[in-house]
Amino acid sequence: MSGDEVKALLDNTFVLVAAVLVIFMQAGFAMVEAGLTRARDAGNIVMKNLMDFAIGVVMFFLVGFAFMFGTGNDWIGWKGFGLGGLSDPFVFNLSPATFFIFQVAFAATAATIVSGAMAGRTKFKAYVVYSVVISAVIYPIFGHWMWGGGWLFQKQFLDFAGSTVVHATGGWAALMGALLVGPRLGRYGADGKPRALPGHSIPMAMLGVFILWVGWYGFNPGSQLGADFPIVADVALTTTLAAGAGAIVTMALMWVTSGKPDISMTMNGALAGLVAITAGCVFVYPWAALFIGAIAGAVVVGAVRFFDRLKIDDPVGAISVHGVCGLLGTLLVGVFAAPALVERAALGGSGGLWYGEGFTQLGRQALGSGANLVWVMATAFILFSVIKKVMGLRVTDEEQLAGLDVAEHGAPGYGEMVFGAATHTAAAPVPATTSV
Amino acid sequence: MKMITAVIKPHKLDEVKEALTAAGVQGLTVSDVRGFGRQRGHTETYRGAEYTVDFLPKVMVEVVVGDAQADQVVGAISDAANSGKIGDGKIWVTSVDQITRIRTGEQGNEAL
Repeated sequence: MSGDEVKALLDNTFVLVAAVLVIFMQAGFAMVEAGLTRARDAGNIVMKNLMDFAIGVVMFFLVGFAFMFGTGNDWIGWKGFGLGGLSDPFVFNLSPATFFIFQVAFAATAATIVSGAMAGRTKFKAYVVYSVVISAVIYPIFGHWMWGGGWLFQKQFLDFAGSTVVHATGGWAALMGALLVGPRLGRYGADGKPRALPGHSIPMAMLGVFILWVGWYGFNPGSQLGADFPIVADVALTTTLAAGAGAIVTMALMWVTSGKPDISMTMNGALAGLVAITAGCVFVYPWAALFIGAIAGAVVVGAVRFFDRLKIDDPVGAISVHGVCGLLGTLLVGVFAAPALVERAALGGSGGLWYGEGFTQLGRQALGSGANLVWVMATAFILFSVIKKVMGLRVTDEEQLAGLDVAEHGAPGYGEMVFGAATHTAAAPVPATTSV
Repeated sequence: MKMITAVIKPHKLDEVKEALTAAGVQGLTVSDVRGFGRQRGHTETYRGAEYTVDFLPKVMVEVVVGDAQADQVVGAISDAANSGKIGDGKIWVTSVDQITRIRTGEQGNEAL
């Protein structure tokens, strides 16, 4: 084998393994979301996680991939429906199949963020319809603007692995969904104050966080789209440091402000660091990754409280983690991007504010983040509004109190387990007739 | 005969069981229960938001003994379950009219 053939083999192998790691993040999302919602809704939320992935892979194969990566204009692609007629290799050394598997994992990540923010009160069939539209239309069209070589890419917007393209897209769609579906019963008291509805399994949620963290080693290094050392290892390093810094800062902030190191918020802190570093992981040095993670760890706490004050009920903190910290991490590229690393990545753009390169890159970052926010919020608002009108977005109060597992799927998530005293200790009104 | 019912802190169950065994009690019934007393539950925080735990988890111990033994058993439970902190629970004594051992049909003190 020639050197080029070896490189092609390594590139495809590396990206395929990275893709599998990203697909495994679906399990991470499922565990985080199930753990942080109540036992009576646990089966429903994992079912939503399965189906947004199942629907996502089919829709992205049929139309999404073509809209995102097909040749077209600056706004949308229209070649490669069903992966037909693609050149091989399609991108760099990657075969169409390798590239599709990697990209469909990203599309599915954006899609699955929303279920957590809408957990505990959203109709299953409404979520199925949402899954079709985000995987076929909302995510791929924005993706084309950037990773499909569209107008944002040409403007030298930098988003290496998708703080904006993937995470903020999911986060802003989650915001529109949570806003339109309304809070869970009992989440805000008659006095307007938020009341906690604690998740039913913190260890389950923490397992999900670890799965997501590990999956990120596919997400960020894999986005190099080749086994290029030392770049992929450098990316793994910045990714790791940002997650650690995020968790530490969130824990410290919760300890100081609320008296105790809150567990689920600290999980959000680690994820906030990961989401924030995703855009800049290849463009920043390790010390800057610590700053980016730390800033995200602080901002995520404020964001969770902010949305709570607006009475936007987000059981898992998805809007704050993926929306707010996705936007934040994207902007911070314009601050911390090192000129030498930007040049090495060869994706255009320039160094950040910190290096005396002025506001040029920060401006490009703001343009990309702003365009993402407007596109996703507008399309998701229309989507959820139409669903609300046509089939309804929210289950009835009776169904919510009975639990979505039984009401929507006919069987409890926890089979014959007898729910003891611990299940309903929260302030939520628990009717005497609660089944399960 | 008297039925002695005690609502205690869950982690005190083992000590109470040992004290009752030492006092010669032959059998007892235990249930997980929830409730509140003068403190009306307490508040915790989750993700920075406070929530009230209205009903605290407790363990209820029920034991039926002869009239002569009742005071000693109440004392044993009270000593074993006492932590000196709020929420230690309560003990009450009620009269029992009749008792039957199902297997043999024995009644009264014979069935204890």
